[in-house]
Amino acid sequence: MPQKVFAPWDDPQEKPLIQFKNVTKRFGSFTAIDNLNLDIFEREFFALLGPSGCGKTTLMRMLAGFETPTEGTIQLSGKDIGGVPPNQRAVNMMFQSYALFPHLSVWENIAFGLKREGKDKGAIETRVSEMMRLTRLEKFRNRKPHQLSGGQRQRVALARSLAKAPKLLLLDEPLGALDRKLREETQFELMDIQEKTGTTFVIVTHDQEEAMTVASRVAVMDEGKLVQVATPDRIYEGPNSVYVADFIGDVNIIEGRAHQTGDKVQVIWSESEPPLMATTQKNFSLDQKCYMAIRPEKVGISADRPTAANALKGKILDIAYLGNISTYHVELPSGHVIKAQEANTRRIARRHFTWEDEVWISWTDTAAVLLEQ
Amino acid sequence: MRRFSWFNATALTLGFVFLYLPMVILVIYSFNASKLVTVWAGFSTRWYGELMRNEAFLDAALVTLKVGIVSSTLATVLGTMGAYVMIRAGRFTGRTLFSGMIYAPLVMPEVITGLSLLLLFIGIGLDRGIVTIILAHTTFSMCYVSVVVSSRLVSFDRSLEEAALDLGASPFEAFRLVTLPIIAPAVISGWLLAFTLSLDDLVIASFTAGPSSTTLPIKIFSAVRLGVSPEINALSTIMISIVTVGVIGASLVSKRAAVKRQEEERAAVRT
Repeated sequence: MPQKVFAPWDDPQEKPLIQFKNVTKRFGSFTAIDNLNLDIFEREFFALLGPSGCGKTTLMRMLAGFETPTEGTIQLSGKDIGGVPPNQRAVNMMFQSYALFPHLSVWENIAFGLKREGKDKGAIETRVSEMMRLTRLEKFRNRKPHQLSGGQRQRVALARSLAKAPKLLLLDEPLGALDRKLREETQFELMDIQEKTGTTFVIVTHDQEEAMTVASRVAVMDEGKLVQVATPDRIYEGPNSVYVADFIGDVNIIEGRAHQTGDKVQVIWSESEPPLMATTQKNFSLDQKCYMAIRPEKVGISADRPTAANALKGKILDIAYLGNISTYHVELPSGHVIKAQEANTRRIARRHFTWEDEVWISWTDTAAVLLEQ
Repeated sequence: MRRFSWFNATALTLGFVFLYLPMVILVIYSFNASKLVTVWAGFSTRWYGELMRNEAFLDAALVTLKVGIVSSTLATVLGTMGAYVMIRAGRFTGRTLFSGMIYAPLVMPEVITGLSLLLLFIGIGLDRGIVTIILAHTTFSMCYVSVVVSSRLVSFDRSLEEAALDLGASPFEAFRLVTLPIIAPAVISGWLLAFTLSLDDLVIASFTAGPSSTTLPIKIFSAVRLGVSPEINALSTIMISIVTVGVIGASLVSKRAAVKRQEEERAAVRT
């Protein structure tokens, strides 16, 4: 039986769990969130991505109830939650600093929310044990937070915020304090736990790799606005603007003027070089300014002239060797520097190219994305 | 090791002699067998016995203790509330004025505080007695508590309270279950400070005390005016030892806690 693809955002019948409707949030004269509309669906792992100060944390704090929107409404399961205080929302948050209660043990930290609900002892014990098993914390039951390592604290924070089985779990830079290796492991753990519990997760991060790894959809934010909301692959392969293309991953941007015939576009970008070819679904008027965005790994590099639609001759300026891949910075006669990436499938001693070599770089007419802005 | 120098040794000796000589003399003479304060006539604990039989002193001690405990508790509650509001309220117009007004009594001359309280109590027709001393001591010691507690609250991670709210605690529960236990050491030292202040206050107490309620400092002061008696020396020695034991005990406890915590943190890094 083929597995059904999880994509409630494409189904018009589906009702969103969270709905932002024309939400604006101002702090004095500063607009943190600017007339924002957004739907987040049940069981989604939704990532809010953006540079610091873009409003992603404000958005999250409004969901938790620590901020109220200046204008507009936020709905949770169809109900306006604007005036509901944080302690009465079926929303829990995992804080960036973890905010573990230092005077309470691991067990008491996890049980804190359940005790507030007035559950009986047996039920609390069962639920806390379950959470400790899920996050592999059984051994640390009686430890205080300061007796735990960073990764363990992170798991306590996660267990504590999941204990009340919230409809929505908010994660504010949950892995920011962990080192790279642990962070990567924990990303998979998070996805695993999200799947097991079926909770809707909203994660705030400035780490684009993290967002791409864990999320079912990514929202890229800038200056209080959503620039693009899409699945990780659509965000990466089909960014809607230079901002998104540049923010997510590495990209070469070539500015030029468009000459469109059907879905083919000639991009005139240099006095001396032939125009570049690209395909697009959009419509560009004659001589309209456009940006060609091409990912470095889609740019080939070779000694002889290739047959691809776009081929340019240049000189290797720099080589960044990252072990698994190498990035070549190739300078064109026009002064543009194009990045091309190659997987190092052979050992480095057998590499073809070195500094100052004359090479051809190339890409097909479907490899690049044409952007209007 | 620093090299020994005559200058350092002299400076140290002079400093400590200046600080402790009066007290040492007082302690020595409290064990004097003679009734004359300035003549040494052999070792004796006679005056401690006399003191225990002196009803007036014991009454005064009891009043002082009652006033100290009740007023420092009230001052701790009010001072903590004041500090909490000042730190949590964020920025608003007049914030500096308000926080200045909380701290102003710190530099106010005690005579003025005492006098204004006296006028107030007369004005509202409150008979002077233990209640008025308690009220007066609460008034001047709550700002000390406020200073101690707010310096702790400044470094308090706000997200801890938010986490408590987020997990379903009401604002009061968040304060009681999370904030208060964490700032407890500061609250306790605020209480101790208020208690000490109340214990040795003479000026404000003499303005607000009535004939039926005399605190120990007032009693000592009026007794000394009739001549220093060895009983007073004995009483003062007892007070000095209580304070010394308290201070040493408190510092030992906090040092041990710090060492234990450090060890536990090191253990956590290893696992």
